[in-house]
Amino acid sequence: MPDTPLTTPAGADRAAPPAPARPPRAGSRRRAAGILALVLGFAALVLAFALALSVGSRPLPAEEVWRALTGGAASSDARLVVLELRLPRSTIALVAGLALGLAGALAQSLTRNPLADTGILGLNSGASFLIALSVMVFGVSSPFWRLPFAFIGTLGVAVGIFLIGGTGATRSSIARVTLAGMAIGAVLSGIVTALTLINPAAYSVLRAWNAASLEGRTWGELLPALPFVLIGAVLAMTLGASFNSLSLGEDLARSLGVDVGRVRVLALVAVTLLAGSATAIAGPIVFVGLMIPHLARAIVGPDVRWIMALTAVLSPVLVLAADVLGRVLLPNGEVPVGLVTAFLGAPVLIAIARRRHLVAAS
Amino acid sequence: MSAPAATRRPRRAQVPGGSRARRVVGLLVLLLATAALAVFALGLGDYPLSPGEVIGAALDPGAGFKRTIVLEWRLPRVALALLIGAALAVSGALFQSLTDNPLGSPDIIGFTSGSYTGAILALTVLGAGLDGAALGALLGGLATAGVVLALTYRRGIEGFRLIIVGIGVTAMLTALNQWLLLRAQEEVAMSASIWGAGSLANSSREAALTAGVGVVVLLVLVAAVSAPLRQLELGDDLARSHGVRTGAVRISVVLLGVALVALAVATSGPIAFVALTAPQIAARLLRSPGLPLTGSALTGAFLLLGADLLAQHAVPGGVPVGTVTTVLGGVYLVTLLIREARKTW
Repeated sequence: MPDTPLTTPAGADRAAPPAPARPPRAGSRRRAAGILALVLGFAALVLAFALALSVGSRPLPAEEVWRALTGGAASSDARLVVLELRLPRSTIALVAGLALGLAGALAQSLTRNPLADTGILGLNSGASFLIALSVMVFGVSSPFWRLPFAFIGTLGVAVGIFLIGGTGATRSSIARVTLAGMAIGAVLSGIVTALTLINPAAYSVLRAWNAASLEGRTWGELLPALPFVLIGAVLAMTLGASFNSLSLGEDLARSLGVDVGRVRVLALVAVTLLAGSATAIAGPIVFVGLMIPHLARAIVGPDVRWIMALTAVLSPVLVLAADVLGRVLLPNGEVPVGLVTAFLGAPVLIAIARRRHLVAAS
Repeated sequence: MSAPAATRRPRRAQVPGGSRARRVVGLLVLLLATAALAVFALGLGDYPLSPGEVIGAALDPGAGFKRTIVLEWRLPRVALALLIGAALAVSGALFQSLTDNPLGSPDIIGFTSGSYTGAILALTVLGAGLDGAALGALLGGLATAGVVLALTYRRGIEGFRLIIVGIGVTAMLTALNQWLLLRAQEEVAMSASIWGAGSLANSSREAALTAGVGVVVLLVLVAAVSAPLRQLELGDDLARSHGVRTGAVRISVVLLGVALVALAVATSGPIAFVALTAPQIAARLLRSPGLPLTGSALTGAFLLLGADLLAQHAVPGGVPVGTVTTVLGGVYLVTLLIREARKTW
């Protein structure tokens, strides 16, 4: 037993087949589906945002929300609820969703691992761990100084996972990476738990944030992260074409003029900025980067640029919807948004594992 | 549950094992080490006792206060750590043997979380007491086992799919458990979440006695299926030709493995990674060709007691033992994965 490989099941280490060799520009039908999906996705985003502003322990009708937003004749507490409480938290949900979705899509392109997600790879835990350390050891309290710690934590885990998993998209490497991400996440959050139990003052600071709950978030937490999310998102969008070439194979991509090393480094930078920022502003929210890129691929096909665009629109819808759900699932209080996405995302993970051929979404 | 014989990996029987003498010596060393650690643990605390004093107090009925400290205050917790460690480790060995995969252990493939779900449901929704929680844990574990195995099954149980499905089910159940705890009334949620992190802090004499009886009964039953299980490890066809009823053996192994986990969860909450690591460490220590059940039990007992000592004394203020096993077991798992990654490169 000691010498049996951990993750190589009997006769199962078939390499995942290469992505279907559809050309990146796959005809007008795909493009029409993509445009339609983007339009519908955008409508869903507006709807989800509107719901996020009106649903809660004090439900507000749409007109009331609108009057509060536009400075019309709304009651003062409606204005307070909408402008001071729900608008910042919903905007954070939107930004965090966008960042997590794009980070997941990038991670899948980078590793060719269909199960890559900021949660599954343990990136969220890496960021959380260093943020917890920054609070407890260095007494960091400003949202801005959380960010560099989040980036270092994300990058550290990403590099570690990459070393453990290697680059091949074989079933054994996928299983190894998934397990390593889970184990690293468990270890890091175990240490955070132990540290918070020892240090009760830090416990109260970290508890709300670590539960991935968006309750009580303010603009001050969001603003410092915005530039980094923006840079990451722009990088993600511009890398799409290179990843299309890379899906044909490294050699072919090189002959098409893609600098493979540069693309990988930029993608790693973008994943770090996006996943780190999202964790810093919203806490560890899992599975968004797994679900949405696979959904996007199912709609628009294998063109990474379209997958990125659709992921950017649909991921915020998911996080906003999960946040709204979290507010109505309990008679008193809220279910943290991270719990809702974990519950929704796990079946997707199972469904992907049950497929015969494993293909990354992007 | 069996893959076609042709696709099965060459069985462990072909891995060169150590000699029988080495295994006997190894078991004796494990036994002595565990006993020594237990004596040491009984001496630790606000009123420290030397190993000699501990043994004297335990044997001498007239030792008075020291006897009370050792037998009444400290023994229940030490005994529970040993019993639950052994139960988890044997359960891990059973499932790892059945799935033919070191990672097919109940804490990875979701059975532990499922047992916890069952216990929480019994406590918070049905308002049951601790007996009800134990029954709930058993049913929850069995239901989860059924769901995980059904979702994994596709012309056999493939290790990759089992692990990923298990991780998914674990993630879902963990979210569900936290929602249930949030939903429950405060005081019930408190009692359910006290052992939520996996803790031996509430050890009582009664709990130790109940767990002790349960673990002993289950281990005797495990011993009864261990011979046919060994045959099964050599392959289905060979086992069948020796008159083993493979289906019946597999079902009883699943039942016993889940029952051991459920007992552990109902007593102390979900304690991660003991079931995963103990059989692996035992197999390495004993150079055993298969997974050694007795060796796993002793290793698990030693590990959990050691982890509980760390949890109580190494961290100021103390932490739940589940936190310690999670951190140490997780590091062990990562090391295993790194070593395997090196091999494939």
